[in-house]
Amino acid sequence: MATPPVKVYGPPLSTAVSRVLVCLLEKDVPFQLVPVNMAKMEHKKPDYVKMQPFGQVPAFQDDDITLFESRAICRYLAEKYPNKGTAGLFGTNPLVKASIDQWLEAESQSFNPPSSVLTFQLFFAPLMKLKQDEALIKQNEAKLEKVLDVYENRLGSSRYLAGDEFTLADLSHLPNTQFLVEKTDKAELFTSRKNVGRWWSEISTRPAWKKVVEMQNA
Amino acid sequence: MVVKVYGPAYASPKRVLLCLVEKEIDFETVPVDLIAGENLTPDYLQLQPFGSLPVIQDGDYTLFESRAIIRYYAEKYKTQGTDLLGKTLEDQGLVNQWLEVEAHNYHPPLLNLVLHIMFSPHFGIVRNEQVINESEEKLVKVLDVYEDRLSKSKYLAGDFFSLADLSHIPFTSYLVGPVGKEYMIKERKHVSAWWDDISSRPSWLKVLEICK
Repeated sequence: MATPPVKVYGPPLSTAVSRVLVCLLEKDVPFQLVPVNMAKMEHKKPDYVKMQPFGQVPAFQDDDITLFESRAICRYLAEKYPNKGTAGLFGTNPLVKASIDQWLEAESQSFNPPSSVLTFQLFFAPLMKLKQDEALIKQNEAKLEKVLDVYENRLGSSRYLAGDEFTLADLSHLPNTQFLVEKTDKAELFTSRKNVGRWWSEISTRPAWKKVVEMQNA
Repeated sequence: MVVKVYGPAYASPKRVLLCLVEKEIDFETVPVDLIAGENLTPDYLQLQPFGSLPVIQDGDYTLFESRAIIRYYAEKYKTQGTDLLGKTLEDQGLVNQWLEVEAHNYHPPLLNLVLHIMFSPHFGIVRNEQVINESEEKLVKVLDVYEDRLSKSKYLAGDFFSLADLSHIPFTSYLVGPVGKEYMIKERKHVSAWWDDISSRPSWLKVLEICK
């Protein structure tokens, strides 16, 4: 089989890398995952920084472009392959697309900051033998609770965040939530909220995400 | 029926106003006073459940998050006014990439500077010099990458002004103005030229005029 033209650079354990991997799998787009050893600072070396000038993961390449920023990569894939794999990821008309984009931005601006801090403090810091910051954990847990209250309300009248179908907006939440629910003691933030709990069990059991989790645990 | 944009006095809604002016789309503005907590009334939260600005109403359609709003109008009116998305799927990919960079790398430290220097003691912010210094250091690193990028490319996504550049204008205007850190822009030759270019666009001058 010919080598797929799509390359993703970065470790599958990185939340941003896994966001791109799940999108590629949902879209049925074959890809090569190129490892980047962050412990050895490979993401700060000149060859990598040429692709991603901020020295962050992931980076993405296909025949036509080199791109970075996981949500930009997901949007590009959804636009380039609208009819492949899960078709409704970015909607089939401009109004639906904008509503999906709205919730993708909500994930990016409201959900991601506190959930990233908690994921780092509660999962990655112990792994890296770094000291945890209790005040930061408390502060960000409070912020995340407020966001999840909004989601609880929204998901009471909508099966997924943007409507009746699973979209990029839901997909974007998978990486951080997976760590918080499965690898920290903060699962009940999600599971104690009826609608959020229901939504989480639906989106996290999709085959594409289960495959990414396997890649993370490999 | 004309698009209504909530919160014109503040920076995030100005991203939307800029886009609408560039795209030659008519709009009305609806004031929202954050200091008086008008963003936390039940009526407002019905429109924007996180209590943030902006939100737009376009007939029956409501949309929040400024970057989602500008993408929507830039695409809906692609052939009208300034093309803010680029010609190809790849151009658009680069626009979205730099828009994400603005959202995740540029905006957070700049927002800290704005909140601590301009808005404290409002919104529960107690001015913290350590936060200010660390945020400035982070922003310096980002601007160094921008300096390199803009030495090879006239605008962030390529040789065309796009949503990616536009998104920077309102908060950068705070940075060079009331935040008092114009030197961060001026000290960098290409960033400075880019800022002079984008901040002198008629659309920005019009937005400033409307929001006086």
